[in-house]
Amino acid sequence: MLNLNSRLPRIGASITKHFFTRNYTSMCKAGYTRSTRNYCLQPSFQQNWFTNLYKGAMFEKHNFLSTTTSSSTAESGSEQKETISVTFVDKDGEEKLLKVPIGMSMLEAAHQNDIELEGACEGSLACSTCHVIVMDVDYYNKLDDPTDEENDMLDLAFGLTETYAGHV
Amino acid sequence: MLKMRILEARRWLSRSFSNILHSEPLRVCVVGSGPAGCYTAEKMLKARQEAQVDIIDRLPTPFGLVRSGVAPDHPETKIVVNQFSRVAQHERCSFFGNVTLGSSISLAELRKLYHVVVLAYGAESDRSLGIPGENLKGILSAREFVWWYNGHPDGRNLDPDLKSTDTAVIFGQGNVALDVARILLRPTTELATTDIASHALATLEESSIRVVYLVGRRGPAQAACTAKELREVLGIHNLDISIQESDLLLTPADEEELKNNRIHRRIFELLSKAATSRPRHAGQRQLRFVFFRKPDSFLESKDSTGHVSGVRIEKTVLKGVGPGKQIAVGTGEFEDIKCGMVLKSIGYKSVPVDGLPFDHKKGIVPNERGRVLSDTSDTAVLEEGLYVCGWLKRGPTGIVATNLYCAEETVSSILEDLEKGVLISSTAVPKSGRDGLLKLLHDRNVRIVSFNDWEKIDSEERRLGSLRNKPREKLATWNELLTATSKGIDNFKR
Repeated sequence: MLNLNSRLPRIGASITKHFFTRNYTSMCKAGYTRSTRNYCLQPSFQQNWFTNLYKGAMFEKHNFLSTTTSSSTAESGSEQKETISVTFVDKDGEEKLLKVPIGMSMLEAAHQNDIELEGACEGSLACSTCHVIVMDVDYYNKLDDPTDEENDMLDLAFGLTETYAGHV
Repeated sequence: MLKMRILEARRWLSRSFSNILHSEPLRVCVVGSGPAGCYTAEKMLKARQEAQVDIIDRLPTPFGLVRSGVAPDHPETKIVVNQFSRVAQHERCSFFGNVTLGSSISLAELRKLYHVVVLAYGAESDRSLGIPGENLKGILSAREFVWWYNGHPDGRNLDPDLKSTDTAVIFGQGNVALDVARILLRPTTELATTDIASHALATLEESSIRVVYLVGRRGPAQAACTAKELREVLGIHNLDISIQESDLLLTPADEEELKNNRIHRRIFELLSKAATSRPRHAGQRQLRFVFFRKPDSFLESKDSTGHVSGVRIEKTVLKGVGPGKQIAVGTGEFEDIKCGMVLKSIGYKSVPVDGLPFDHKKGIVPNERGRVLSDTSDTAVLEEGLYVCGWLKRGPTGIVATNLYCAEETVSSILEDLEKGVLISSTAVPKSGRDGLLKLLHDRNVRIVSFNDWEKIDSEERRLGSLRNKPREKLATWNELLTATSKGIDNFKR
């Protein structure tokens, strides 16, 4: 298991490569054998899954890291919304594990669970107080390119790096 | 003698015990309820469970420039008032509006009442150009114009004349300049459903202004606006944009500047694209970007004495004065632009109060990471218990979020000072804080506007707005604002 706190800089939120690779793969496998909604074979769906996962995914870069794992709530094959497990780690190392429905923004998920993330405009793409740094370049590349509007906000973001994914 | 000593000891013991049991609150006063003040209050409340924070503001309405500066057609930027409202409504926080530092209460008095005073009252004045003719009628600061269309009670009587000319010249190319250009040029049907002040909307509906110049001393590589705002103004429906392609030539120094600066690089790209892509249609409103021109003097009208009829500008070239820094230098070539209105958007300036050290050159309070210094010299000492945040600390630049980091810095300075004993602790010297403030203001017959009172103003504005398909109809005079606070059942409390 990765020692997140030592690996990651104090400033910055990340989705660790380890978690991601492992669980994305297992998700894929599950999807492949189990249902017709095949996460791996339909590139557009796959793209959407990522985009939705991070839609509005924002981490207050001073305080939080987040890792995600998939959950197996799809077994029943019911219409129930898929959730993923998200772990928020604050700057003191305290972890909070949440189940977040796919499609919900990280900012909403955090606020609904009393996790303090800055979000001055409450997700309307009008400020730069919440943003994501994706630590893994491969996963960064899987995301859609930031739109002009997102880039405009990123211009103003504190601590901008090359892998800022803004209002992903 | 012994008896006295025992008495003293008992008194000391009981005070210590009571301090432990009822820990003496840290009394903090924040002057200014804009982003700087609200973020500071929020962080202080969070950092110290025993802190009691009072926010004072000279207006009856809180939120500073979020209410009176952000343009009416930028409602998403105002969403942050939800967060600021939660701060003001926090059980350990109180908002006191209509209380003016310097007249309702002095800085010295405030410092006596509170352990920590944080000044976050921004910048309510303007830099001036200092050139001949600056006092002619028709020449305004952008700040006054923004106050006017945003319904600030001090801007109500500005009464700008938009009917006697078709041309306005704006000096400055920052976001405020773009805001005023946009408000002048946007179809008023689009403005009618915003929270723009009605008196401004009525005047704009009769405006004859069709051409607006945005004049900057330096080039497109140095333009101070940001991409979102520039993109927006370039995208206005039926607006003809004019940018000289010759102004887009970059010198090696420019290229070097752009290489290291993402913001300026993207602005330059936007301007370049706009220069080449727009076909001109007759009869459209026009926005003309003028670069490398600095204002020399204002010309007086021959028909209407005392009124501006044009501006004389001087061509400039850029001169390097340091790594990544070029300034504009006049070349002696002049030209005139005929216009009946001038807006100076060259920067706001803070206003000092009695007892406050001030750096008149920079227009800010001398400070070290938010700690106020006694003067601007090298031998300055710290002013105990006095801090600054926001524009008063950094100068008039940045967006709402900039104050987030600014407040973090100031609050961490305060916390450091508390821990190191640089700042006198609340247990050592209890202060009367809120109670003392309320008593003093009561004795002076100051009519305090509480956050509850503001909520009455707020619901009245929203109610009036709903009658006109606007999010709110701002009450734009002192009288209307104060009257709205006295509606309702707790009128008798005052």
